Amino acid sequence: MTAESPLAIEASGLVKTFGETRAVDGVDLAVPTGSVYGVLGPNGAGKTTTIRMLATLLRPDAGSARVFGHDIVREADAVRGSVSLTGQLASVDEELTGRENLILLGRLLGHGIPAARERADELLDAFGLEASAGKLVKNYSGGMRRRLDIAASIVVTPRLLFLDEPTTGLDPRSRNQVWEIVRLMVSAGTTILLCTQYLEEADQLAEGIAVIDRGRVIAEGTPAQLKASVGAGSLHVRLLDPAQRPQAERVLSARIGTTHLEVDPAALSTPCGDADQAAEAIAELGRNGIAVAGFSLGQPSLDEVFLALTGRPADEDAETATTEERVA
Amino acid sequence: MSTTPTTGAAVSTASEQEALRKAIASGTRPPRASAFAACRAFAWRGILKIKHVPEQLMDATITPVLFTLMFTYMFGGAIAGSTKDYLQFILPGIVVQSVLFTTVYSGVALNTDMTRGVVDRFRSLPLWRPAPLVGAVAGDSIRAFSAGAVVVVLGLILGFRPDGGVLGVLGAILVVLVFAFALAWVFTTLGLVMRSPSAVMNTGFMALFPLIFLSNIFVAPETLPAALEAFVDVNPITHLVTATRGLMDGNADGGDIALVLGEAALLTAIFIPLTSRYYRKAG
Ligand SMILES: Nc1ncnc2c1ncn2[C@@H]1O[C@H](COP(=O)(O)OP(=O)(O)OP(=O)(O)O)[C@@H](O)[C@H]1O
Ligand SMILES: [Mg+2]
Repeated sequence: MTAESPLAIEASGLVKTFGETRAVDGVDLAVPTGSVYGVLGPNGAGKTTTIRMLATLLRPDAGSARVFGHDIVREADAVRGSVSLTGQLASVDEELTGRENLILLGRLLGHGIPAARERADELLDAFGLEASAGKLVKNYSGGMRRRLDIAASIVVTPRLLFLDEPTTGLDPRSRNQVWEIVRLMVSAGTTILLCTQYLEEADQLAEGIAVIDRGRVIAEGTPAQLKASVGAGSLHVRLLDPAQRPQAERVLSARIGTTHLEVDPAALSTPCGDADQAAEAIAELGRNGIAVAGFSLGQPSLDEVFLALTGRPADEDAETATTEERVA
Repeated sequence: MSTTPTTGAAVSTASEQEALRKAIASGTRPPRASAFAACRAFAWRGILKIKHVPEQLMDATITPVLFTLMFTYMFGGAIAGSTKDYLQFILPGIVVQSVLFTTVYSGVALNTDMTRGVVDRFRSLPLWRPAPLVGAVAGDSIRAFSAGAVVVVLGLILGFRPDGGVLGVLGAILVVLVFAFALAWVFTTLGLVMRSPSAVMNTGFMALFPLIFLSNIFVAPETLPAALEAFVDVNPITHLVTATRGLMDGNADGGDIALVLGEAALLTAIFIPLTSRYYRKAG
């Protein structure tokens, strides 16, 4: 088992069911060592369940997986020795201070008390948490908690780090900080499995992406391939007056192409990858007396990826998932 | 919606980045923590929690104080004819009762823990599997000890005079703590199979109450109807109270103590593996 495997994660046919719910329904993954690999999916797609199996917290009902060549069931302890987990629920102890959390982990990972303290202080400094080191974590802001959570995951720098939706709920600044940490970790040689609901995040960080839906991988490739299969991006327009939306839809459809009405009654979007074309279309709206509150030309959202890949919006899943949760 | 193009521009200065890079690079892996070191770290975690929320200890100590006062002064005269004699008789039993009630909290705390993300982290560490549990229960001994110590001190103030002396009293407390450690595993198992902390608390106390009251804590078993007396005689809490009384009164019987330690070992042998199994499977 000492042979270096070029794959950090090799999963085939992973299945996990909870009662009637097939949370993970035959997931295959091949994650190369030394990269960020994104797992993209809507609420309830099975991202967390997949990570929990790979991190040896849940036993798969079927299928198998290896982490650096170690079987996640039969060699769980060897797997635990090379991975770290930053869970979706903050995996830090709310009732301890930030510093106590890091010292505790240092001791659990084998450091003596002085070394654990030293490591804790080094991490608190590096993550900009020194001022709150003595505060209870339950009084931390979301961004601070995330940073502490990641710091806790690298008390001993792992070979493989699981990050489960690390930026959900963070403001742009905190999110960028997390991204920066991820980039630095990868350049230091750590492999990262990143679960996210944001195509943009996967695009920013990951070299490979698997899109999962209802427990299955429905698409896989580089961010560029994925975006190419979905379309280059979209022009999103928000109107001042929702009443003008039908008119705006006609203009955009004529200028660019099929226009999609968004949930927001004042918003609409259309696939468009060309900035000049977009500018033209906005000008045309103005000429028609349609007041625009704002517009943006952006990458396809997860919604659009889903629409393109499955022919239905991602939201549907979220709803079924929540109803299932309530029923269960 | 992620429709605004963002570049994820650097938000930290070069020196901050350098500190991060260094912190990432210097996270070398020490040799694994021994089972003992891991348990010790988890016990420390439990003690820190008590330190941050000292009110927890108030719960564990106020009830015993009330019990001691209530039983001594309300029932003392009626049951033993004099409060002083009754205090002498009942105090070791109140120590037992107070300490054992705190063990339910081990299960409540574990149940609360399981709903938090931090357990995932603990379970993903390369550790001796039962360490989080053994450490936590050992840390809870602080609470158990406080409950016992408060009762003894209050007893001494009220006129309790243990013929067993300091050593006898300390020995008695030690035996009670050993038994409490064993009993706590019943409640940690309960803590993992039940749905909510309050369910654990209710079930725990409901199980404990009859065992406590149908023991020799409050009355000598000979005064009871035969059927009840038979139950009281086989109740492990009766054995524990007998051993505790013996040690405090300075006439301990080695057999009584051995019986208690044997029962504690049996509980531990059954319930540690059971708890560990549920903990491993939880998820
Ligand atoms: N412990 C559990 N018991 C019962 N059902 C569960 C459990 N964990 C997950 N599920 C169900 O399995 C499905 C997949 O859940 P999972 O948490 O893996 O999704 P996810 O992709 O991480 O979603 P999110 O983006 O909301 O975090 C959901 O329908 C969820 O309700
Ligand atoms: Mg999730």
